[in-house]
Amino acid sequence: MVRILFDEQLTRLNNSLIEMGGLVEYSISETTEALITQDETRAKAVIVNEDTIDDKEKEIEAMCLKLMLSQQPVASDFRQISTVLKMLTDMERIGDQASDIAELCILLSKQDYIKKLEHIPKMAEETIRMVSESIDAFVRRDTKLAQEVIDRDDIVDSLFDEVKRELIALVHKSPTNGEQAFDLLQIAKYYERIGDHAVNIAEWVIFSITGKHKDTQLL
Amino acid sequence: MNCFDIENLDLFYRDFQALKDVNISIPTNEITAFIGPSGCGKSTLLKTMNRMNDLIEGCKIEGTVKLFEENIYENMDVSLLRKRVGMVFQKPNPFPMSIYDNIAFGPRTHGVKKRYDLDELVEQSLKKAAIWDEVKDRLKKPALGLSGGQQQRLCIARALAVNPEVLLLDEPTSALDPISTGKIEELLLTLKGKYSIIIVTHNMQQAARISDRTAFFLLGEMVEYGQTEQMFAMPHNKRTEDYITGRFG
Repeated sequence: MVRILFDEQLTRLNNSLIEMGGLVEYSISETTEALITQDETRAKAVIVNEDTIDDKEKEIEAMCLKLMLSQQPVASDFRQISTVLKMLTDMERIGDQASDIAELCILLSKQDYIKKLEHIPKMAEETIRMVSESIDAFVRRDTKLAQEVIDRDDIVDSLFDEVKRELIALVHKSPTNGEQAFDLLQIAKYYERIGDHAVNIAEWVIFSITGKHKDTQLL
Repeated sequence: MNCFDIENLDLFYRDFQALKDVNISIPTNEITAFIGPSGCGKSTLLKTMNRMNDLIEGCKIEGTVKLFEENIYENMDVSLLRKRVGMVFQKPNPFPMSIYDNIAFGPRTHGVKKRYDLDELVEQSLKKAAIWDEVKDRLKKPALGLSGGQQQRLCIARALAVNPEVLLLDEPTSALDPISTGKIEELLLTLKGKYSIIIVTHNMQQAARISDRTAFFLLGEMVEYGQTEQMFAMPHNKRTEDYITGRFG
């Protein structure tokens, strides 16, 4: 072995990405708890966590750029580092969306819900799993797991349609439900977008292993 | 159309086998890079392509090496072969004579005598090698007075002066600073299209920057050969991956 330092740097990069993944998962699960329990304090913690995620993104971005500069990576090293750079953007956006949900949680914390929350927590559960597994797939270089994440997005999409149908019915029943229905629909949309970001991550994970992104052989 | 088609090539230095069953076709008017650790056979293969190995005692070659479908080891005049297949070495090696005479040397050997023709050839060759502007006012000065980078471009101009079809370069920039290296690389890119260029290099980034195809050699064997982008982004063979990522070498 003649590249001890570079391997150490790549391990540090992976560890930092796992840490960022942990922060992102924390934001989604805490914002979900805040929504279910109508806990304003928890929602505020998620908003604060967004800054920590942003800092972590910048730190990892700098690590990638320095590695590109100093190691001039090729082959699997090149694909790994460029994939991290692409993944970071989606992970940061997930943090933003969890924080957007938290802001709506604060708004809704003093109101009685117009319906029992059933599908939204299920969406949250699915998206947390997707985010967590997409990062696992990267660390373990597991294309099968990445593909499972991509396939799982259909579940989140159909849950969103379900939420939308229910909320439309509630607004039809009583127009006074309209305002909260709109907020809840926005929350569901944020979860749906989080699912899309997890899919993006999984697609880049497949690229890092195969050189192929979606249907295009990029390299 | 390929400039070189090499089939089942084995090369021995007495008992030592330096090349093992090498099969490679090199396209015309592209840059092809040979990479691999020291002693892997890449320079040996390069020298086989203009029969520089003929001079080495105990060297035995089996298999075929065809230049534009003509076997270079059968009934081919070696000096004519070397006119068609020029070579530039790692260390710049201008002759101890003037810049002008360095370039005119080859054409004179091949029968060009008229002053006007020689002047024209010298100017065109130096222009092709992107060194004309730097030397046009000192053509009668000794070539050894030029900087290392200029000397190497002069050597390329000298190789071009006999109008070759193929240019072989054995680590042509390893003795040069980054600016001179950059000039040589740019020069090779401008020459590509008119000449088939084959370059041996230890500089991975150089191979990635300028070559169209790359061949990786290890212990006398050609392990992998393909489009350069694919070789550096997604090599098929684990030994290529391990070498280019610095896991051994």
